[in-house]
Amino acid sequence: MHQEGLSAKNLRVFYGEKEAIKGVSLDFAPREVTALIGPSGCGKSTFLRSLNRMNDTIDGVRTTGEIWMDGENINDPGVDVVLLRQKIGMVWQRPNPFHKSIYENIAFGPRYHGVRNKKELDAIVEDCLRKAALWDETKDRLHQSALALSGGQQQRLCIARSIAVKPKVILMDEPASALDPVSTAKVEELISELKQEYSIVIVTHNMHQAARVSDKTAFFYMGKVVEYDVTDKIFTNPSEKATDDYISGRFG
Amino acid sequence: MEQPAVMNKKRVQTGSTTRAFAKPHVIEEWVGKVYTALCILVLVITIGAIVYFVSSRGLATFFVDGVSLGGLLGGLKWEPEGDIPLYGALPFIFGSFSTSVLAALMAAPLGMCAAVFMTQIMPGFGKKVLQPVIELLAGIPSVVFGFVGLSVVVPVLRAIFPGQGIGIAAGSIVLSLMILPTITTIATDALAALPRGLKEGSFALGATRWQTIYRIVLPTTLPSLLTGVVLGMSRAFGEALAVQMVIGNSPHIPHSLFESASTLTSAITLDMGNTVMGSTHNNALWSLALILLSMTFVFVFVVRFLERRNKR
Repeated sequence: MHQEGLSAKNLRVFYGEKEAIKGVSLDFAPREVTALIGPSGCGKSTFLRSLNRMNDTIDGVRTTGEIWMDGENINDPGVDVVLLRQKIGMVWQRPNPFHKSIYENIAFGPRYHGVRNKKELDAIVEDCLRKAALWDETKDRLHQSALALSGGQQQRLCIARSIAVKPKVILMDEPASALDPVSTAKVEELISELKQEYSIVIVTHNMHQAARVSDKTAFFYMGKVVEYDVTDKIFTNPSEKATDDYISGRFG
Repeated sequence: MEQPAVMNKKRVQTGSTTRAFAKPHVIEEWVGKVYTALCILVLVITIGAIVYFVSSRGLATFFVDGVSLGGLLGGLKWEPEGDIPLYGALPFIFGSFSTSVLAALMAAPLGMCAAVFMTQIMPGFGKKVLQPVIELLAGIPSVVFGFVGLSVVVPVLRAIFPGQGIGIAAGSIVLSLMILPTITTIATDALAALPRGLKEGSFALGATRWQTIYRIVLPTTLPSLLTGVVLGMSRAFGEALAVQMVIGNSPHIPHSLFESASTLTSAITLDMGNTVMGSTHNNALWSLALILLSMTFVFVFVVRFLERRNKR
């Protein structure tokens, strides 16, 4: 078990009676990008969402097993999900900026965690936008609606927003699949940058993207992890035949 | 692509040749177009006729009978049968506005909170049980509301406050109950239509449920929520029967909420049977109807404006 990472132990997720995740154990090291790949419906998104207890918000979903972070099992009813989600940020497939200004989108999180000082907020906003490589494009229109940004910019804004609350881990659910190639490249570049500070778990359907951005890759199939290894190994010399079949496009 | 299609049509219509790709749907298309066009025509003519009739009568008060517009809108005395007839409709206008605004003020927070509960706190129970119950409330005839108002609200007000219990307060309480379903239903639909991603985005930043509702859910859906309130107000403004039963119907601006007052609608319904068509009194009632109609247009425009803002 990592001292300062995130690790899932024998995680199971049930939709009603149906078991969607069948006992998955994975370790996510700090400052590493882990890609979760697999065919649609294999449970990789469900697994991702269970890491910050986002599945709690859906009726009829039950999660068993352990998720360890900072020496604490965070999949425990006694854990405050609000504090937990501050430590584990999330970015979705479709950019979901709030219907507020660019500035307010970033300041939203920090405000709730006690940052009231205007100067401090300004600094956080600038810092996050710089980290998300969005500062130059938006510095002159911070107080305009975030909805006026392009899809790619909105997605980078959502990433900036998630790092504004100083998380340790960022979960990304197909963050670039709704974006054009140029925006995708920018988001991937951003992921490589963010890796310096955060541990990132990314779900992707794009094999090339997984190969480009990740250090480790887990191949999900039918709610289980078939293979988990260093990305290079998975894509050049996988141990399992199913992995090989999937990444070479023979099924999935 | 366009050219051959047009040619086909001609051939079929003239019947000179039959072709494999002849359009068999021409008649069907035509019937459909004509039928739907007729339907819309009936609607447009009806609305146009109503507007024309109400305006011609309502304006006759000023142009034929010589009542001044200022005198009608600003006059405090309504004595059409007096020695010197007076047509001051301000008490009615005041009554209509005060009851509907107060009703909206009471119903809006209730309806919005109910909608928040039904969509955010207990979505399952809310959708299956609460929403149908509230929609049922919308189907209750207004006379029933008036009757309940008369036998419950008025006595309670009489017991607590000075006066007879009838008046603006009783009227607006009854109206607020009547418009509650409108506001709640529209608010519920708006909240339920909010993309899940926005809420999750807020949760993912460590915001609590209340912070999310207060800072994200409500502000994002605000234009739709206000649309519901405005529609509720317009319903309250146009409601005659229920208010008439509990407001007392005296043509004065009351000094308190518990004093007999009157509204535009109740003035029209109570007086209309006692006037002769074409008389000044009758025309003056049409002028009141014209005020109601114009207010309805204003409400419609406000709703349109809010909807446009919502799209941005």
